[in-house]
Amino acid sequence: MSDEDEIILSELDDEELVQQMFDDLYDGLKEEIEEGVNILLERGWAPYRILTEALVGGMTIVGKDFRDGILFVPEVLLAANAMKGGMYILKPLLAETGAPRVGKMVIGTVKGDIHDIGKNLVSMMMEGAGFEVVDLGINNAVEAYLEALEAEKPDILGMSALLTTTMPYMKVVIDTMVETGVRDDYIVLVGGAPLNEEFGRAIGADAYCRDAAVAVETAKDLIARRHNQMAAG
Amino acid sequence: MRRRPRAPQAPRPAGGSLEAEALTRAGLAPAGSGKVLLLACGALAHEILALKRMNGWGHLDLHCLPAILHNTPERIPDAVEAAVKAHRGRYDEVFVVYADCGTGGLLQARCAALGVEMLRGPHCYSFFEGNAAFAAHDDEITAFYLTDFLVRQFDAFVTKPLGLDRHPDLRDMYFGNYTKLVYQAQTDDPDLTKKAKACAAFLKLDFERRFTGYGDLATELAEVAAR
Repeated sequence: MSDEDEIILSELDDEELVQQMFDDLYDGLKEEIEEGVNILLERGWAPYRILTEALVGGMTIVGKDFRDGILFVPEVLLAANAMKGGMYILKPLLAETGAPRVGKMVIGTVKGDIHDIGKNLVSMMMEGAGFEVVDLGINNAVEAYLEALEAEKPDILGMSALLTTTMPYMKVVIDTMVETGVRDDYIVLVGGAPLNEEFGRAIGADAYCRDAAVAVETAKDLIARRHNQMAAG
Repeated sequence: MRRRPRAPQAPRPAGGSLEAEALTRAGLAPAGSGKVLLLACGALAHEILALKRMNGWGHLDLHCLPAILHNTPERIPDAVEAAVKAHRGRYDEVFVVYADCGTGGLLQARCAALGVEMLRGPHCYSFFEGNAAFAAHDDEITAFYLTDFLVRQFDAFVTKPLGLDRHPDLRDMYFGNYTKLVYQAQTDDPDLTKKAKACAAFLKLDFERRFTGYGDLATELAEVAAR
């Protein structure tokens, strides 16, 4: 690109800048996203507005193109890394400015499994949608999940697995929740490449989420239904 | 676009990296003779042909599907079914030389519906080492495995699909939780060992070479050959 073609982010108006941030997220340009976030903050945008309109808006496009087979995993990871850069700036400000909280989620990869790319994408998009996320990391035994549920009192438990050999452990966790009488206190969402809806139903999860965008929509939907049930009850 | 297996009349790929690339993308056509058709992953072609040679299993024919299906396991059951239906009329039996291979039981279910048998075990890393021995490892969840074939085809199966050739900085996102690369060697080949070491260095993982030979692949195929 020649010097004449270079885009000066600070010279763009708000609408153009957000559009440019969509493009930069799509291209995985972390430094440009960080710069865009800082410019919008300087212009007086609320952190929550930057998060939802610029970052989540951009990642939604990335998610759709991934689902449609236009983008592949490496490009999604680069975009996520760019969004992470923006989130890092916004996160402390979101807490200070009293951004709305939709719900709380405890999430972790199951025992025997160290894969966390999908889980991290879900965590990030859930945070972007206004959820508080407690990430337990990888290789979690049933005890770790139960302790976190007890300590954090989330609305949602999310479990992730990449391996066909580890995904059955999700049933161990859910069965233990049933045995200890806490299963119905939480919404349980499961995800991971080898899973499917049938598996989710078979192990007693509330829903299988095929990607991060579906996880966010499902979480919002199930929390709303839960609130409605509580209101009706 | 996924290519179809070669037509039965096509010559078998021969020699060097071209062979590995052909097995990755196109598979291997059956010779068309024999009592039993071994329907296998292209990643196992060298090993199965070696076992045939060593044991004189002339009555076993080999047909391989493209090895790159390894990266999209959800496509394996349909590909296996199509091949079984296309070829079973010319053989007394078809034996599927795939383990579960990331299909989550779907391949087993498909084989049962088709009335054909398949290898036991979760994947080739397990049956090469021996399913019992592999299952006994409690301390290897941070190990990334490569076989002879996957060492040869490291770029096609790892570097390129993960975008590491274009974005090496993604390495930590993919492999940050891994600690070692275990090269499960089916053969003694210093060149492959050297390449496997280079793969480990590229991924910034410790390296371990573990000679497995053909493991349960040999014993299971011997049972099929003896029927």
